[in-house]
Amino acid sequence: MDKNWAIDAEDITIAYHDKPVIWDVDMQVPKGVMMAIIGPNGAGKSTLIKGLLGLIPLTAGDVKVFGESYKKVRKKVGYVPQRTAVDWDFPTTVLDVVLMGTYGRLGWVKRPRKEEIILAHEAIEKVGMSEFANRQISQLSGGQQQRVFLARALTQNAEIYLMDEPFQGVDATTERAIISILKELKNSGKTVIAVHHDLQTVPDYFDWVTLLNVRRIAGGPVKEVFTKENLRKAYGGRISFLEDKSE
Amino acid sequence: MIVELLIIAVLVAVACAIPGVFLVLKKMSLISDAISHSVLLGIVVGFMLTHSLSSPLLFIGAVITGLLTVFLSEVLVKSRLVKEDAAIGLVFPALFSIGVILVSRYTGNVHLDTDAVLLGELIFTPLDRLTFMGRDLGPRMIWVMSIILIINLAVLFLFFKELKLATFDEGLSASLGFSPILIQYILMIDVSITTVGAFDAVGSILVVALMIVPAATAYLLTDNLKTMVILSIIIGIVASLLGIAFSWIIDASAAGGMAVMVGIIFFFTFLFSPSRGIIVLKKRRKNQKIEFAIKMLVVHLLHHSNTKSELEECREQHLLEHINWEPRFAKQVVQKAKKDELVTDREGILILSKTGINMAQESMLR
Repeated sequence: MDKNWAIDAEDITIAYHDKPVIWDVDMQVPKGVMMAIIGPNGAGKSTLIKGLLGLIPLTAGDVKVFGESYKKVRKKVGYVPQRTAVDWDFPTTVLDVVLMGTYGRLGWVKRPRKEEIILAHEAIEKVGMSEFANRQISQLSGGQQQRVFLARALTQNAEIYLMDEPFQGVDATTERAIISILKELKNSGKTVIAVHHDLQTVPDYFDWVTLLNVRRIAGGPVKEVFTKENLRKAYGGRISFLEDKSE
Repeated sequence: MIVELLIIAVLVAVACAIPGVFLVLKKMSLISDAISHSVLLGIVVGFMLTHSLSSPLLFIGAVITGLLTVFLSEVLVKSRLVKEDAAIGLVFPALFSIGVILVSRYTGNVHLDTDAVLLGELIFTPLDRLTFMGRDLGPRMIWVMSIILIINLAVLFLFFKELKLATFDEGLSASLGFSPILIQYILMIDVSITTVGAFDAVGSILVVALMIVPAATAYLLTDNLKTMVILSIIIGIVASLLGIAFSWIIDASAAGGMAVMVGIIFFFTFLFSPSRGIIVLKKRRKNQKIEFAIKMLVVHLLHHSNTKSELEECREQHLLEHINWEPRFAKQVVQKAKKDELVTDREGILILSKTGINMAQESMLR
């Protein structure tokens, strides 16, 4: 398979019993793009991300990351789960959560050392959370939680970042801060893939897009495929708000 | 004898506290109850095969039934026909009841009786000696629990990072290549071994108290996982020693005394914990409520100061009618605002001070 694709997914179907959540989806993501996965609620966006990462079994299909199976290139992939996927009352600090991003390269049993701690502090600084490094995580706001998750992914020093709704429930300042970091990643040649909800910001934030509604509706450069027609296909009649603003 | 008894109690308490921390954080406390019951089946089957209570086969049998409990519950949950709590409630009574039938039917004359299973016989454990070539090596239980404690400490030190990651964020754990399922089963094997070991001393019900309560108590006292583990161990030790003393004084079951004591420690922590205790939380919430009310008060006063309606709107009486506060609460708020020098009272009309005006303006900016 072609190594030029960051992700090359073929004929992916993910089903719970006989109910398909993702139905025969093909998706090729070139290296170095910033791609949004968009689609209505229940379109299977999060499921697709989890399927790419092998977190849920594929009913059918095959995923290659840089031409290899995911297990072989794990270290090249950074994952940012939905903020609500974890218990923020867990007894730990910001620094400790960010350090978790270094566990992958440490492997089993080995503990983080000075090198990893420095790496974590750098990532925390990058997301503007330095003064909160030793803060207990239950005291963070939603935006701060999302920054912590991003910092954690940065310590993975990955080639591809897969993010599940990184802007959900965050304030405008945080959204701008996150997007500028993501653009920086893209400029240094990394690939960023994010589940996204706000259609208005797609052309500003992303240069590549996949429209999903159980099936893949369209995918490619934003300029070519982010069209009213494709949006209508993906969202059905529920798209009027976008047209109100753009016309 | 007494020293040996206390050593056994402390070993059991410490060994139980360690896996308990992760069970509590994984919200899997109930699984320890399930395992502690269903291991009976493994112990009985092991006994029927070997006719010995000290054979390692009993241990292996118990660990296998412990894991079987976890596995069968998960199979039921995955069928999506049964919820998690119901699945646990279905599996362990089934395994336990088979164990009970086997005990009552086939092991009539041995010391395996249902009372011992449920409550343990801590007092008698020092009587069961381990001998080697005619020499007394001390109570068997001290040896067994020491080995289990070493295993638990080894799991804790080797896999602390993995346990923490899998407990906090299963998704990341899996994506980084640390199988959460494998880690969960390491923990479950540990829980099973500990349960079987502690079984003789404190029985299948109280072992749950020693696993879960110290961890739940420590959770109220700290925001740091390492501290939580250490606190759980300390709480376990203190509770077991005080509990035995207590049971001596009132001449009752030692295991019962330990469980009661750990419960009492939890109760007082629940009330008085400086960070998460119920009393502190109540107080904090009340303060927050009054602080917010003061903000509302100064903003309201700012709106109406120097207007025609000032006379009407800025009276204390008005707060009761329009903002709809309870008279007692309104008084508290106004008093606090006066004490903080945010407002002054001029013939029944509340006037904002300079700090009050600043506060009102800042509040509206947000």
